[in-house]
Amino acid sequence: MDITHDLTSVIAKSFGLFYLLTLSIGIAAYAFWPSLGKRFERAANSILDDEDGPCR
Amino acid sequence: MLQRLTIAERQLALAISIAIILAGLLMAAAGSGDPMGPHGAIVMFAGAIVFLAVLRVIQDPEPLENRAENYYDDPTRVGLLISLGWAVIGMGMGVWVAAQLAWPDLRFDAAWSSFGRIRPVHTSGVIFGFGGNALIATSFHVMQRTSRARLAGHVAPWFVLLGFNLFCVIAASGYLMGVTQSKEYAEPEWYADLWLVVVWVIYFVLYIRTLARRNEPHIYVANWYYLAFILVVAVLHIVNNLAVPASFAGAKSYSAFAGVQDAMTQWWYGHNAVAFFLTAGFLGMLYYFLPKRAERPIYSYRLSILSFWGITFFYIWAGSHHLHYTALPQWVQTLGMTFSVMLLVPSWASAGNALMTLNGAWHKVRDDATLRFMMVAAVFYGLSTFEGSFMAVRAVNSLSHYTDWTVGHVHAGAMGWVALITFGSIYAVVPTLWQRETMYSWKLVEWHFWLALAGTVIYVFAMWNSGITQGLMWRTYTESGTLTYSFTDTLVAMHPYYVARAAGGALFLAGAILAAINVYLTIRNVPQKRTEGDYPTPSEATEPAVPVAE
Repeated sequence: MDITHDLTSVIAKSFGLFYLLTLSIGIAAYAFWPSLGKRFERAANSILDDEDGPCR
Repeated sequence: MLQRLTIAERQLALAISIAIILAGLLMAAAGSGDPMGPHGAIVMFAGAIVFLAVLRVIQDPEPLENRAENYYDDPTRVGLLISLGWAVIGMGMGVWVAAQLAWPDLRFDAAWSSFGRIRPVHTSGVIFGFGGNALIATSFHVMQRTSRARLAGHVAPWFVLLGFNLFCVIAASGYLMGVTQSKEYAEPEWYADLWLVVVWVIYFVLYIRTLARRNEPHIYVANWYYLAFILVVAVLHIVNNLAVPASFAGAKSYSAFAGVQDAMTQWWYGHNAVAFFLTAGFLGMLYYFLPKRAERPIYSYRLSILSFWGITFFYIWAGSHHLHYTALPQWVQTLGMTFSVMLLVPSWASAGNALMTLNGAWHKVRDDATLRFMMVAAVFYGLSTFEGSFMAVRAVNSLSHYTDWTVGHVHAGAMGWVALITFGSIYAVVPTLWQRETMYSWKLVEWHFWLALAGTVIYVFAMWNSGITQGLMWRTYTESGTLTYSFTDTLVAMHPYYVARAAGGALFLAGAILAAINVYLTIRNVPQKRTEGDYPTPSEATEPAVPVAE
């Protein structure tokens, strides 16, 4: 099968479109998921004091 | 330093160095009469240095250290010092290259010192030598801290660091001998490329294995950027360097691609080298060292996640904006242009996130040049990503392409963003790594900051002026439809800007030299920081973990 411009643009406009849409919705949902707030806050604060060795 | 390896690890290191010496011998024998021969000698020499260094300590007793209690920072320390060394070399070559353009006699008529050979020594020296070593070193530092886990392995980090530097030396010495694939930022020939694949795969495995040992439930966002840097650079490097050697006994090879496909592959690589080498990795630095230095968590962690995925997914498509008005199909050019414009959103989200983190810490920015380095880096990141999106628009590109404007844009990013965040991170991390109270001289840090900022501004303004002048002169026609200006006319018009550029670069280089001196004096002269009570005591120290008085 030849890889033509028509073929790649059909793939891009069908599969590619929905793949990127799903991905962006998924990422936004993950980033703003309310119950993950605590985990993110903990991660953001965890770097401020991390010189006390590997295992604490 | 090597005494901290166990006997088995020393033996492994010895075996690897012997293998490298033999590989070098093979290259030297097969490639005699070709630049591959001298490269074989360099490989043998590099292997021999490691061999002798390990042999010296092979009989020493096993280390007493309790490895569960400490991070493994020796490769980080060495990596930062090597990075500073490359900074001086790479920027020094940059000043020479710039000076050659202003005063061509500075070529001194040798083959090795021609512009086409020393320019890639400059670009590879600063990008891979200075930037790459800083990325490897800080990634070792950051992955251990954010995971609260020690590096997974003690030979692998040395292999990655020293192996990468062997690649850099092979690359730079090859350019001087005239070895090149003629692909920008991917000039080294096939054997150097293969070697880098080995090094890079081990780097990736090391990073993943360290993350797998982490004691934190969530992987901090800086690690995401470092991982994107490692993973995507591997993919880019392998695909763009697909080539068939003309002979296994020589350096010359032929690319697997031809014509416009070759150009597209090269700029897919080239722009993503900017994206994933010069942006993603350094954003990892920014997301770790800026909040830490400001002593405030990042302004919005959620935004940092969104901008991470935005940057990784948009950048991959942007490369074709380097090929506007070429044989590349119009729709591919438009695709690259569109994604480049969209990239402004996650880029400014990152820059804004960094600057908003400083709200409430602006007095520290005023007083602390280290934090100021990082703040100005974030500003230049915002400026150069805006400029990049703008220049990718086809109509703007018709004026800017092939002119010095592009050179100015690259340097706004490389000097203003990449180098400043790196120097800021080095000043932040050196006292921690060597357990010193502070840097040797904060005045030198201030001097460095102002030299670097002045150098960048002079450089960038000179190139903006030069580039736009050049672009306009090239498209000025007489009434009869012929070109108004000859090529020589444009060179004469650019000369003052070339002098200014060399001066700006020299200021920047002077700052980098001050940094190297300051770091050296910090290690030599600043007294060790006293261990505080609630820090675990390394087992080599004779004092008890808890002071007796408590």
